[in-house]
Amino acid sequence: MTDLLRTEGLRKTFGALAAVDGVDLTLPEGVLTAIIGPNGAGKTTLINLLSGAMPPDAGRVLFRGREITRLPVHARVRLGLTRSFQVMNIFPRLTVRENVLFPVLARRRATLRAFARLTGDRNAGREADMLLEEVGLLPQAGQEAATLSHGDQRRLELAIAVASHPILCFLDEPSSGMTAPERTMVLDLVRRLAQERRTTFVIVEHDMDVVFSLAARIVVMNRGRILADGPPEAIRANRQVRQVYLGEEDERA
Amino acid sequence: MSDFVYQGLIGLSQAMYLWLISAGLTIIFGVLGVLNFAHGSLFMLGAYLAYTAYGLWGFPFVVAVALSLAAVAVLGLGMERLFLRHLYHLDHAYQLLLTFGFVLVLDDAVKLVWGGVFKIPSIPRFLDRVLPVLGRAFPIYNVFIIAVGVMVAVALWLLFERTWWGRMVRATAADREMAAAIGVEVPRIYAGVFMLGAALAALGGALGVPVRPASPGIGVAMIVQAFVITVIGGLGNLSGAFVGSLLVGVLSAYGTLLFPVFELFFIFVIMAAVLLLRPQGLFAR
Amino acid sequence: MRSPTDPYVSAGPAEALTRPSLVSVPFLRVGVAMALLAVLAALPFVARTYIIYLTIQIAILALFALGFNLLFGYTGLLSFGQAGFFAIGAYTCAKILLLVPSLPLGILGGVAAAGVAAVVLGILSVRHTRIYFAMLTLAWGMMIFSIAWKWREVTGGDDGLVGIPRAPVRLPGLVAIDVSTIDRYYYVVLAVTIVAVYALYRVARSPLGLALRAIRDSESRAGFAGISVATYRLIAFTIAGLYAGLAGTLLPPLENTVTPPVAHWSTSAEPVLATLLGGIHTFVGPIVGAALLIILKDVIVRFTVHWSIVLGATVIVLVMGFRGGVASMVGERLLRLRR
Repeated sequence: MTDLLRTEGLRKTFGALAAVDGVDLTLPEGVLTAIIGPNGAGKTTLINLLSGAMPPDAGRVLFRGREITRLPVHARVRLGLTRSFQVMNIFPRLTVRENVLFPVLARRRATLRAFARLTGDRNAGREADMLLEEVGLLPQAGQEAATLSHGDQRRLELAIAVASHPILCFLDEPSSGMTAPERTMVLDLVRRLAQERRTTFVIVEHDMDVVFSLAARIVVMNRGRILADGPPEAIRANRQVRQVYLGEEDERA
Repeated sequence: MSDFVYQGLIGLSQAMYLWLISAGLTIIFGVLGVLNFAHGSLFMLGAYLAYTAYGLWGFPFVVAVALSLAAVAVLGLGMERLFLRHLYHLDHAYQLLLTFGFVLVLDDAVKLVWGGVFKIPSIPRFLDRVLPVLGRAFPIYNVFIIAVGVMVAVALWLLFERTWWGRMVRATAADREMAAAIGVEVPRIYAGVFMLGAALAALGGALGVPVRPASPGIGVAMIVQAFVITVIGGLGNLSGAFVGSLLVGVLSAYGTLLFPVFELFFIFVIMAAVLLLRPQGLFAR
Repeated sequence: MRSPTDPYVSAGPAEALTRPSLVSVPFLRVGVAMALLAVLAALPFVARTYIIYLTIQIAILALFALGFNLLFGYTGLLSFGQAGFFAIGAYTCAKILLLVPSLPLGILGGVAAAGVAAVVLGILSVRHTRIYFAMLTLAWGMMIFSIAWKWREVTGGDDGLVGIPRAPVRLPGLVAIDVSTIDRYYYVVLAVTIVAVYALYRVARSPLGLALRAIRDSESRAGFAGISVATYRLIAFTIAGLYAGLAGTLLPPLENTVTPPVAHWSTSAEPVLATLLGGIHTFVGPIVGAALLIILKDVIVRFTVHWSIVLGATVIVLVMGFRGGVASMVGERLLRLRR
């Protein structure tokens, strides 16, 4: 199994706070990994560093053996690394179909075509429609994306993220703000996408049900460092983890 | 050599006008998140009102300046309360367009009320002296301007660092929702800050009355320079605005000395140079 | 203190609803365009010279505003300095015509100069956030104004350039069409405008147009969909500059002079206002707005010199109230009537 991504001593500080404090992480191909940890553990910062949204203060990031530490976002996407966002980040005034057509066209290097018609690239259009069908949004294809319900917007988010045919895809709290049935839907969707595509998903999550039912491997972060790393049963049994994070859950259990 | 020092001092006093307008602009942006295009027009109004009170109606200079500040502060309050308030939740473009509309209205209104003629009244007698500097006569009025500029800088620092109001303002600027949650009356803070910014702009305009001709074009000329300074110093960054003003003021003065034809153009060269060397501005965090 | 970045902020209830537009009805669209073209072609035979003159001005402003809206309505970048490129187009064309009386050369030269300037200034500006970008564009525009005003040897200073001929359409070895009468010049402007509008129409509906709209909706997401946002912003800025320059080149042969005010920020305000009046959400909005603005200005100037106040007040009213502009409003009303 190849390592898709590897970090060495990754560090990011904001003023006096070390949000990410020396992280050495490997993400192997084909293993759906969840990154969990209490609020402020540095999870989202880590995703931002890995996806290229912000540069690290120290350390390296390697993707398939190639150094990408300072590579801009769009270049990482070209290499096969994408993400979705915690706060819904779709293209609100584009139609649902255009939301997905755009990353498809971008992947096919067709976005500089200034005089072609949007409908001209039939293959791209077909791919967009297939993707919409996969996430269950085909009936709404012509609607303006802002008019979608919250749950449907999340589906669109995921669709945009996978439209670029990523090899590695970070999902930042995909179930945030969802009702219970919506959460199940997201779960199923991610599971299905992981099975049907050659994409390895890495999910940052708060919701334990989602984490334990999806992940083959769990990485626990606390105060910018990795606290524990292993399969779900090992993490569940880890005392440090229970103290730091699942401690509150123990009171309910 | 003495020419050089003299020109530097001239530049320093010019820098103070820039500082006064940039301070207001950057404070308003830092707290309200609004880029006030009409800020230059407020500067211009400050000049015209002070001119009217001092040059036409004969009020003592200090009184005229105070009246002008008060009037422009009230205008600023009106702008914020009646218009800007409704646009905060929208894209920044709407605020820019609105304040741009204000520029069009105010610039023409000034022509309507005062006519397009240049006004040059006299320097108040108590300041109409010169100071010998390196064998040349340096106007006391310029020293006065530099002194006021520095006092304003110190006063603003004290205001934001040491007073209770200043703390509330900083809290609001950092996190509006959090500030509201702990009991800060955000709408009042916004109104107060806007009035402060407007007053600073008016002060800059009013102080210039005895030495610089007031004209309908100075509003835009000032706002362009204020923009250049904020690009250099960083929006919302008061110390950046101060240093940026000094930089632009002094370098422009030297530019005028060395390349007189390109006097207006020089400031843009400075800005372009900064953008090329440090695209995020000199004081980016 | 607050950072000047723009997170996506919902633009208000009106924008969130699906917006029907006239252009979504194909027959109507083509029909209206055909009818309009017919009217425009016949105009010199039925209308007075003054009307022809106004129509040329409308065409010039329409090109100027269309380019602006590609930048603002389609890409989300507000520029207050487009007059700089308009002026570069105008002055370059004027200088060329004073040396070589060939209209095509003047137009091409002006457009090329404006394009080069847009690329250079764009490179310095597009990596900044939208607010810094807006400030920078005002600064660049006024910089070009100060050059036009001060550089007497080249631009004629505040007297400007005079005696610019309405040069013939000379294609060496082929034809030399005299266009010195206003009616003939009108047809040149009309031809250029039709071609340019159609070209921009294709761009707006192309994959490039989609990329620009995606950037407008969410820059961060657009980057994560795989494009370099700065590069596409530069493309949009350059196209806007090219169109501003093209509009500028059509002015000197019309007026026979070019003076510094063409570079002033108040000239930069014209495409902004035209677009606001006509609507930023449709392709034809800026064209409608240009017509409205020229006519409005023509009427108001007869009553008062202070037409900036009226204009400024109009902007304020529009921004506070009807942000979509006239074209969207009319479109919505008409479609509601059809139901």
